[in-house]
Amino acid sequence: MDWKVLLEQAPSGGMTYLGWLASGLFWTLAVSACAWVIAFAVGSVVGVARTVPLAAARLAATAYVELFRNIPLLVQMFLWYFVMPEVIPKDWGDWLKQDMPNLLTLPFAAQFSLWEFTAAVLCLGLYTASRVAEQVRSGIQSLPRGQTSAGLAMGLTLPQVYRHVTLPMAYRIIIPPMTSEFLTIFKNSSTALTIGVLELTAQSRQISEYTFKTFEAFTAATLIYIAITMTVILAMRALEKRVAVPGYISQGGGH
Amino acid sequence: MGEMDWSVVWKYREALWDGMLTSLQLFAIALAGGIFFGTLLALARLARWKALSVPAAGFVNLIRAIPFIMAIFWFYFLTPMIVSKFTGQQGEAVGPFTSAVVAFIMVESAYYSEIIRAGIQSIPRGQPSAAYALGMNYRQSMVHIVLPQAFRNMLPVMLTQAVILFQDTSLVYVVALKDFLGAASKAGQLTGRIVELYLFVAVVFFLVCFAASWAVKRLQARLAVSR
Repeated sequence: MDWKVLLEQAPSGGMTYLGWLASGLFWTLAVSACAWVIAFAVGSVVGVARTVPLAAARLAATAYVELFRNIPLLVQMFLWYFVMPEVIPKDWGDWLKQDMPNLLTLPFAAQFSLWEFTAAVLCLGLYTASRVAEQVRSGIQSLPRGQTSAGLAMGLTLPQVYRHVTLPMAYRIIIPPMTSEFLTIFKNSSTALTIGVLELTAQSRQISEYTFKTFEAFTAATLIYIAITMTVILAMRALEKRVAVPGYISQGGGH
Repeated sequence: MGEMDWSVVWKYREALWDGMLTSLQLFAIALAGGIFFGTLLALARLARWKALSVPAAGFVNLIRAIPFIMAIFWFYFLTPMIVSKFTGQQGEAVGPFTSAVVAFIMVESAYYSEIIRAGIQSIPRGQPSAAYALGMNYRQSMVHIVLPQAFRNMLPVMLTQAVILFQDTSLVYVVALKDFLGAASKAGQLTGRIVELYLFVAVVFFLVCFAASWAVKRLQARLAVSR
């Protein structure tokens, strides 16, 4: 074991190998967070659409979920990154591939361009949206039908029922599965290394290639992944306790 | 948008088929190994003996906390090292396919153990108690009473996981193994026709996985009725 290798100067970026890991962590978190915003927004819309009394909306939403769920994430990554620029008008594709700013100027100097980052975020976000949609749908469907009926009977419109009755309940119920969806996006972000995003897994592999200290490099990255996973689980447990509906969902954590 | 030329798929049909066979092989071995070791892991986690349950839980949680790709890298690195330590052989004692297989069995056994554990825990406590009362021992009550019912309960979830596993086999791309996606990628580099080849891969995966998911849903409905 030679842990001191992580403190040695790395050949690029003007930092130590530990700096490379920090940079990798930064990009892992950046990709995950941006993708989560898309996944949450699109997933909520699609999930709600699967429950509304409008056949066309339900069909479109079901098609979305089936499409994104039945193609491997890695293949989707290649479709966004390699295929998409080729099938849109040529000028746009060239702009995406060549003219998007390089990310060297950003903190934790990255050696890839904004296009790699954007493709990874789009891919992960829209893929995870299909999974979030399923959670939102099952959360809504787990509510007793009487809640919607009562809302409508009180004179609320359907959008108002969703806004004030259904969704506030549904989102609280699905906090535990949504936590694991977030952890999934966080872990799946490593797929972005195949299109050149230097996230945490890519950096640990790069360190292993430069120093031949594979065990140390992989262990360091693994420990960082575990630390983040634990932090997210604890934070979400706290959130779950705070927003628990009295007498409804298992209170005091533990699921 | 340039002209599409789908003849490239036909031209490389043999390479693509070989890649698909590699994917299917990896899938079958990982599925069988994952369920077998997953069952052992689940039983270990549920054991009263701490020396068994704590390491099993540790392994499962560790694998589930890191990305699949990171796990592949780990076993890709560890497997040849461990094998050469045991056999005394140096260097290329283990090929890339074997390392990938080990990685997939390890990761899948962790995922399957969680499904199987939930399945075992879904069996009412009265069932093993009744088995013990009839004079069965632990092994007999597990093999004849608990596990058959548990497997039946969790069959749909296990099959859904199998569909996910089939999709996940594409991740061996990261260790340059020529699976279906790897073969398409290679053909794409040779011909410059990556658009057609990646779209083809996507369509094939979609058709297979969509049909399989649909069959699982049908099965689930039938199991629900007969219960």
